[in-house]
Amino acid sequence: MVDHTGPEIDAATGVSTTGHEWDGIRELNNPLPRWWLWIFYACIVWSVGYWVVYPSWPLVSGYAGGVLGWSSRESVDVALAALQAQRGATLQRLAETPVEQANADPALLAFSQALGRAAFANNCAPCHGAGGGGARGYPNLVDDEWLWGGSLAQIQQTVTHGVRNADPDSRQGEMPAFVRDGLLPAEEVPIVIEYVRQIAGLDVLPDADLAKGKEIFEANCASCHGAEGHGNQELGSPSLVDPIWLYGYDRKDMTETIRNGRGGVMPTWVERLDPTTIKALTIYVHALGGGA
Amino acid sequence: MTAIVVDHRKGKAGPGPAEPPPGDDAPLYEARRKIYPQSVSGTYRRVRWIVLLVTLGIYYLLPFVRWNRGPNAPDQAVLIDLPARRFYFFFIEIWPQEIYFFTGLLILAAMALFLMNALAGRVWCGYLCPQTVWTDLFLAIERLCEGDRRERMLRDSHPLNAEGVARKSAKHLLWLITAWWTGGAWVLYFADAPTLVVELATGEAPLIAYGAIATLTFTTYSLAGLMREQVCLYMCPWPRIQAALTDEDALNVTYRVDRGEPRGSLKKAAALRAAGEPAGDCIDCGQCVAVCPTGVDIRDGASLGCIQCGLCIDACDTVMRRVGQPERLIAYDTDLNIQRRLRGEPEQVRLVRPRTILYSAIILLVGGIMVYALAVRSPVGIAVQHDRNPVAVTLSNGDIRNGYALRLVNKAAVETTFLVTVAGPADARLDIVGGTAEAGGAVSVTVGPDQTRELRALVTATPLPGKETSVPVAFRAIDAVTGITATVDDTFRMP
Ligand code: SF4
Ligand code: SF4
Repeated sequence: MVDHTGPEIDAATGVSTTGHEWDGIRELNNPLPRWWLWIFYACIVWSVGYWVVYPSWPLVSGYAGGVLGWSSRESVDVALAALQAQRGATLQRLAETPVEQANADPALLAFSQALGRAAFANNCAPCHGAGGGGARGYPNLVDDEWLWGGSLAQIQQTVTHGVRNADPDSRQGEMPAFVRDGLLPAEEVPIVIEYVRQIAGLDVLPDADLAKGKEIFEANCASCHGAEGHGNQELGSPSLVDPIWLYGYDRKDMTETIRNGRGGVMPTWVERLDPTTIKALTIYVHALGGGA
Repeated sequence: MTAIVVDHRKGKAGPGPAEPPPGDDAPLYEARRKIYPQSVSGTYRRVRWIVLLVTLGIYYLLPFVRWNRGPNAPDQAVLIDLPARRFYFFFIEIWPQEIYFFTGLLILAAMALFLMNALAGRVWCGYLCPQTVWTDLFLAIERLCEGDRRERMLRDSHPLNAEGVARKSAKHLLWLITAWWTGGAWVLYFADAPTLVVELATGEAPLIAYGAIATLTFTTYSLAGLMREQVCLYMCPWPRIQAALTDEDALNVTYRVDRGEPRGSLKKAAALRAAGEPAGDCIDCGQCVAVCPTGVDIRDGASLGCIQCGLCIDACDTVMRRVGQPERLIAYDTDLNIQRRLRGEPEQVRLVRPRTILYSAIILLVGGIMVYALAVRSPVGIAVQHDRNPVAVTLSNGDIRNGYALRLVNKAAVETTFLVTVAGPADARLDIVGGTAEAGGAVSVTVGPDQTRELRALVTATPLPGKETSVPVAFRAIDAVTGITATVDDTFRMP
């Protein structure tokens, strides 16, 4: 409650009170300087200026745009344009330099790695993982096995047109569904698996008929995977003799692969990314595993 | 003994009109009382002139001082290069990641302020604060154009005549020029000064430079010319902090009440003495108030308004000399000493106290650490970050490979070639994308002058024996010319 006791001089400070009292608490009258008051008024006037100049009031449909016509979206556009302008010269040089030469030029290498890292995170990471580590069915880009070749030109080709998609230039090659399509009797599958496990250096069942397995392998598999199982980058057929397995190497996984076939798809990027970004991606991916 | 009470309350609110009549119509806002500081000469005035010349001289001229750092670095002694993120101070060059030097500098500044305060109160306010120094300069310009205190008061008490208008216009013009020059000097710290001066003159300087100059012209003109003591009274936090930090042993500009009171004119004092009554030395001439830049009467005791500039000491000394009394009726002293003298005890000045020792110790410690850090600052740096996804991969021949982002730092002003090696698993092999393989498994990499370079490093080794999942690795970069080395540790992991 507010009492009005009448102003008096406060004993402790020697300053007069305003005469207002709230439950025994009285207010000292230490006057503010008058210029302070004027600054306060000036701020109010200034704030009116903001309403006029910048977007302020919500209206029924839309909002009061302000005489400057400023918008945060536009200022982002301006900032992005400035970024492009800043990159301009190097970007231009990268566009004009063939990928091998760009990779050998320290400045372009660093630029491409930075640009490629961002493009990779936006476009490639969902399948290949943030660091290119891959996942089951999605190749690891950090190791040294390349399904379609690990040279700069080969990587550039793969990124540009993708794998097994509608782009006529995309990489083609297929692991057939041997059993489903009746190319191989189901009972022969375990036999050839034991043979593949043997050449891959994996454990083999003691009663395996390896000679029969070899026969089946040479008749059905060797055309793509090679007589010794080293694979063929022309066809995207992986080596079967190294410890890198895209779809797993236990007997169940291998049975599934031979029965129903495999055929991972990678989209074509030529329509979505400009050639310079693809070049930068190529150099970035090439550098992930140090090149091959 | 006469009861002498030092009333600290009167000066509390600083200069203002007489206490407003208490009542409902007491004003909520206080009109400003104009202050007309009078010129004065003496010891402290001289000290202030010297400080003014030295500090402003440094501020205005330092950007033009050159310092040769070789062909690849700017030759400006003090430069804050924001786009390149470098700070140059003579032989020191600070990178953004060394911002802790600024932390140290700020600690030193705070401790120096506290130490000053413990020794002699508001030394900062009285002599060193930019607000004080520029106000002093602007007051000098005011005196130059409008004359001394009496003349200015007389002019303002009449309607302005043509001469008055001319003098006031000249003052404001000079103020604006000084303020503009102040803003101009500021921006010179952020770019090559001689170039920027030319660009500013020909209208080719960046917009931000003109904006900064305009802002600082405005603030300097209004704070040093128009606001003056109002800044100290109402805007600055330091007097409030200072009041909480100070103690009774700190020397302050003090009116020695024990000697001055009871005050009175020479005639009155003579009459009192003739009648065998005590008379003080203060002749109540008001000179101490007339010279005060904040309009304080020091005889009311220490106050928020008093910036401790010592000018009233000079004014009073002049008066005392004239009336043939000893100087220093106003002096750097303490209230404790006043009480001691009144009790007939000897004076005491205690400059060495726990707090001054503590502040000095902190200054020495922090300063020592900074000097040490600067002395051992290496021109070569290396940092490493292990790939997180994947941490390791198996290669087609069964080997294990780990990827790292390696950053080499070359703080030298010349392009430097580093030999990078790795130590870890016995058969570890190092590859660096963009590097050149050298003998002994090393990889050489060049880094441009005053630059860093991020590199992709790959370490390959046969699988670790047994069940081991990780072993330490150390990357080492050796400057091929100077032999200066930097090392960094990480781990080599199994998939
Ligand atoms: S009160 Fe504040 S602005 Fe005034 S002189 Fe002291 S530190 Fe400077
Ligand atoms: S009272 Fe004296 S020391 Fe304090 S501000 Fe005024 S002239 Fe300076």
